[in-house]
Amino acid sequence: MINSQLPILQVMVPLLAASLCAILPFRRLTWLIALAASLAALAISLNLLVLVLNDGPISYALGDWAAPWGIEYRVDALSAFVLVLVSALGSIIMVFAPTSLAREIDADRVFLFHAMYLLNLAGLLGMAVTGDVFNLFVFLEISSLSSYVMIGLGRDRRALTAAFQYLIMGTVGATFYVIGVGMMYMMTGTLNMADLGTRLPEVAATRTVIAAMAFIVVGLGLKLAIVPLHFWLPNAYAYAPTVVSAFLAATATKVALYALLRIVFTVFGGPAMIGLPVDQILLVLAIVAMFGASAVAIYQTDAKRLLAYSSLAQIGYMVLGISFLSATGLTATIIHLFNHALMKGALFLALGCIYLRLGSVQIEKMAGLGRRMPWTMGAFVVGGLSLIGIPLTVGFISKWYLIQAALERGWWLVAALILLSSLLAVIYVWRVVEVAYFQAPSDDMLQLREAPAVMVVPVWVLAGANVYFGVNPQQTIRAAQSAAAALLGGGG
Amino acid sequence: MSFPGLINYWAVAALMMIGFYAVIAHGNLVKKVIGLNIFQAAMFIFYISMAKVRGGTAPILDDDLSVFSNPLPHVLILTAIVVGVATTALGLSLIVRIRDAYGSVEDEEIRAIEAASD
Repeated sequence: MINSQLPILQVMVPLLAASLCAILPFRRLTWLIALAASLAALAISLNLLVLVLNDGPISYALGDWAAPWGIEYRVDALSAFVLVLVSALGSIIMVFAPTSLAREIDADRVFLFHAMYLLNLAGLLGMAVTGDVFNLFVFLEISSLSSYVMIGLGRDRRALTAAFQYLIMGTVGATFYVIGVGMMYMMTGTLNMADLGTRLPEVAATRTVIAAMAFIVVGLGLKLAIVPLHFWLPNAYAYAPTVVSAFLAATATKVALYALLRIVFTVFGGPAMIGLPVDQILLVLAIVAMFGASAVAIYQTDAKRLLAYSSLAQIGYMVLGISFLSATGLTATIIHLFNHALMKGALFLALGCIYLRLGSVQIEKMAGLGRRMPWTMGAFVVGGLSLIGIPLTVGFISKWYLIQAALERGWWLVAALILLSSLLAVIYVWRVVEVAYFQAPSDDMLQLREAPAVMVVPVWVLAGANVYFGVNPQQTIRAAQSAAAALLGGGG
Repeated sequence: MSFPGLINYWAVAALMMIGFYAVIAHGNLVKKVIGLNIFQAAMFIFYISMAKVRGGTAPILDDDLSVFSNPLPHVLILTAIVVGVATTALGLSLIVRIRDAYGSVEDEEIRAIEAASD
């Protein structure tokens, strides 16, 4: 009985918990609510994943209005995978959050942070669970609006301008997306993704549908921060509270990527159907991101900013996987989507520990930190190695599949570029490691202690996951392969 | 094609460009939000225009009426308007806080203050 209601509960639990948090101005209580709601969402998504892997996709008619007239929630292998990823990272970050937030946000605002976090979680989970293109827009805006607020909570006043810049660009992106949806509706008269998938091929050659695809790809590209559309991201990640950077880096861009995959493959049936060279455009942009953003990352003095630029480069790898237009390429994209969330989650949370003790994440101030905070820096190194793609970490699995997909297409040059751009990651990770391990600590760092266990443990859970899923990649690969098959089976 | 023809869509395209231009070109943050509103309003008109059926009435269930406009885009746009209002409110409240922090709502002045304090 309850099983059949899981898709809606996935969204409703965090949504209701968010409104509860908004009216209860107590820091501890709202934290408990947020943690409980995140764990409940995690339990629901794990249940859904098991159900989907055993019995195939689940369809849920909202208010019992049958699709395509009513809104359909549809959970297949890919959406269940994203749901688990988002709710798992949300839960881990919530365990970490209170100590870190106490340092980075005014105490009387913490309960509002919890409300915003839950709204964001509900929006992201909703985007992954919905089977309706307009419903996706609504959830996109729920998650976006709450993330603007969370970024603006940072103590640095530059957080405000970063949030405003993100608000402008995010809203333009979301509006582009709705314009595209409108054009599709004009041609087909439906908003249901599966229904659109069957009706669009008949009208695929019209200019309206081509324009629709262009609008949607650009709109979601803004949320995803594909390279020429990325200007909001570095400032937003650099000045937001670290918990927020960690959560957004690990989940928000991933869900935007999910939405892009969903629309391009399930709805449009792959770029080739429409006759717009989306794949070639993405290929060029991805390579520019891999090199350009990594090169910029090398010159950053602020570790959070460095990670933000590195995120842009990693988004490049995910987009690169899409541009191969093959099952292996999509598998690589989905594996990296999962793996990058683990890496950036671990790295940003490690920075949260450093900020707690040091009050700064400037790289030059981290001299000798490897000896003062061995656990935190150890996790940072594991995350960094994973970012580079060293064997036995998840990063290696991602790169392995990407290169395999490139060779499958016979694109030797692209495969070489993937390896070359990894070397840039070596440089920027090394910059932090060198300062932390090979420079003598300054005198005022002598009293510096390791971060409390309640923070170090979540960091190591994520760092450990980097190694665990790097040594035992079978589950990820299997889930990613069936997710890729679900995408390609939809119409390509 | 008789008179009104595609005039709505021309208006949509024009408004969209005006709004988008304001977002990009204006340094004043409030004007950016106004531009964003024009941009979104263009999208609202786009949806409402596509719902219109020539000779159709308002979508009311009645035996005498057989041709009526498509109500679904109207409903979608109600939702989008609510989202737009929320975005505007949030944008303006961020501007209030930016003004408290910097004493200005001009992009260039804020940059100058930022560059001076670095």
